[in-house]
Amino acid sequence: MEIHIPTPLRAYTDKQETVSVEGATVAEGLASLVAAHPAMQQHLFTTEGKLRSFVNVYLNDDDVRYLPAKEDSPVASTDELTIIPSIAGGTLCRCCSC
Amino acid sequence: MSLTLSQQLYDELRAHGEETYPHECCGILLGKSDAENLAVHQLLRAGNTRTDSAHNRYNIAPQELIAAQREGRKSGLDIVGFYHSHPDHPAQWSPTDFAEAHWLGCAYIITAIEKGHAQITNSFLLTGTTEEDKAFANQPITIE
Repeated sequence: MEIHIPTPLRAYTDKQETVSVEGATVAEGLASLVAAHPAMQQHLFTTEGKLRSFVNVYLNDDDVRYLPAKEDSPVASTDELTIIPSIAGGTLCRCCSC
Repeated sequence: MSLTLSQQLYDELRAHGEETYPHECCGILLGKSDAENLAVHQLLRAGNTRTDSAHNRYNIAPQELIAAQREGRKSGLDIVGFYHSHPDHPAQWSPTDFAEAHWLGCAYIITAIEKGHAQITNSFLLTGTTEEDKAFANQPITIE
């Protein structure tokens, strides 16, 4: 499968926009990505090995978090994974809602 | 690293903030970047999914980001940053903006909209290499 890498993380994939990996599931694909590019580990996963909360992973057009099998969802060689960090903000104060 | 964009794009992103006032607008910047300059070639308006608190929060749906990334691939451009407005607030990043900024090396443009009219527009470069050492740096805007 192919994994599309967002701009900030291409520094850790030798500037590649798309990385081809092997794997039968989403989790295996991500593991292959990290095996080939170890620096991706800290950017994608917490120290507990969970996907960081702001890292979205899409299998084709579906958010992996909402798939029944989540990261264990099966993938085909023609599938595409997209890693996309979230983007949000605003003037609202996080501490006191002022 | 400075940010370069055309007068037309600069005017467009400011107009977007005026149109959505008193709600925050948001959008995606497609362009090219190198070690010294980040050049914006295209703006993509995005919907603000925070309809529950659109006057002081914004969020761009991941699907819109993916669509932007796909469009960029077709035209040889990358996502190089984002823009949003601060209705009746200064054009300075807020603690919320910082906490929810994760696109290291990208530009975050903020336009202050006062009573429906665009005022100051500033850009901030998200510097650093990890969530732990990230920081916003003032980024000069060059209009060509």
